Amino acid sequence: MKEPNRISPREITPAATYFNRRTFLQTGILAASAVATGLVYRRLNHPAAGKVTTAKIEGLTSVATNGNEGFRVVGEAQTSLENITHYNNFYEFSTDKEEVAAKAANFETKGWQISVEGLVRKPRIFSLADFLKISPPEERIYRMRCVEAWSMVIPWAGFPLSRLLEAVEPTSDAKYVAFETLFDPKRMPGQRSGVLDWPYVEGLRLDEAMHPLTLLASGLYGRALPPQDGAPVRLVVPWKYGFKGIKSIVKIKLVAEQPPTTWNLAGPNEYGFYANVNPQVDHPRWSQATEQRIGESGRRPTLMFNGYEEQVGHLYAGMDLRVNF
Amino acid sequence: MTESNLRFAKLLVLVNAAVPATLLAWDAWQHKLGANPVNFAIRTTGMLALIFLLLTLLVTPLRKLSGWNWIIFSRRTLGLYAFFYALAHFLIFFGFDRAFSVSSTLAEMAKRNYLIVGSLGLFVMVPLAVTSTNAMIKRLGGKRWRALHRLAYVAAIAGVIHYYMQVKADVRQPLAFASVLAILLGWRLMESWRQQKSARTEPNHKSEVVK
Repeated sequence: MKEPNRISPREITPAATYFNRRTFLQTGILAASAVATGLVYRRLNHPAAGKVTTAKIEGLTSVATNGNEGFRVVGEAQTSLENITHYNNFYEFSTDKEEVAAKAANFETKGWQISVEGLVRKPRIFSLADFLKISPPEERIYRMRCVEAWSMVIPWAGFPLSRLLEAVEPTSDAKYVAFETLFDPKRMPGQRSGVLDWPYVEGLRLDEAMHPLTLLASGLYGRALPPQDGAPVRLVVPWKYGFKGIKSIVKIKLVAEQPPTTWNLAGPNEYGFYANVNPQVDHPRWSQATEQRIGESGRRPTLMFNGYEEQVGHLYAGMDLRVNF
Repeated sequence: MTESNLRFAKLLVLVNAAVPATLLAWDAWQHKLGANPVNFAIRTTGMLALIFLLLTLLVTPLRKLSGWNWIIFSRRTLGLYAFFYALAHFLIFFGFDRAFSVSSTLAEMAKRNYLIVGSLGLFVMVPLAVTSTNAMIKRLGGKRWRALHRLAYVAAIAGVIHYYMQVKADVRQPLAFASVLAILLGWRLMESWRQQKSARTEPNHKSEVVK
């Protein structure tokens, strides 16, 4: 019979050492795998954060106001610059609100032009510098209510759209204003996907466009607009859902008929042309009665016309806001 | 696979599956959940519930295809984590979004189809979690237990539909989840079809041999 074991008893690792080594190894594997899982989690799922380094805006005036015009929100804290610049719906860069800032970081606006055309007496292609000289920048502190039921309070810098329209002189046939975002999939990688029809288009009725609250914004918190918030120029219509505030504008056209708008094309039953903030008319899939104010805990009630009813209610007198949502 | 190796493998799954929850809780404690923390936590736990549901459903096909019978050990742990994350998902919604208001939660749920579908998914996971112990398997008997636990398919389908329904325009991610789920469920259909076929043909085959 063959000897089954030639290893001398002295060579066998003592049980205590063996189990120690095993425990040691297992602890190592456990720790390493947990760290790896943690890193994967962090990589896939991280809230955004970062600083804003755009140029300070020169000559920004703070409009003297008693608050009745709606030019500045009183008694509600402003949303932090960090949150305003790291929680963005800007599908041209990403459909993930917390990824837009990083994806837009290197967006270049050098040589930007804005064409103002259509039913106007003085059509013109503006360089960005000329465009910003149309009217001195004013600070406006507005509520911003997203259709997704969250909101912010943002100190914008810009000038009323009405100043531009006065400069180009709409003809009497002009009834609506149509806006268009830059289309350049190389610079706006989100446009390579078919999530929305590009370029993004928006529109306002002429009286809405002429309203003193309607702003062409080129900055926030006293600085030039960061790319993720719609650099170099965007629209701000504080009594409407945020998606009406078209970003990175290259074209403004005066037209006779109601122009198509991107989200309305994507979901005609869910996003109307008017898109006025209205707590009584729910989105078909979620409630619009309350909102999550960014930076606050708990929800607040949503206000009719986002709190600007006194200023804009008359624009919609006699209209059925359930039909014209 | 030795008994002690298996025990270690169980520990590995148990610990790693808890890592996302731990980091999420830590980030919440540090106020590092970004601009909309409640929404972030709701989204994260919902996503984790779906991932763990799919992992749970992956165990059996992987086991059959690879022959690694021992990986069955992980199914219960993965399934319980799916339930845990789904429950956390609901509780964060109930507690922080609805401010612990039962009436507002129910009112919102009654009106929103995606919440109804999501609740259904969570609801059917409750009996699965309750009957996950060895004692319960014995009490129910293997056959009945397996039949009951097919509700996991309902939970996963409901979960994916719930996700799809509340996305605004970019449906790529819910569709990715749906595709994986379709493959996992499709494999099961194929398997049961193949088994039925072989069960039908086998006796004939035998009689032929006898002849």
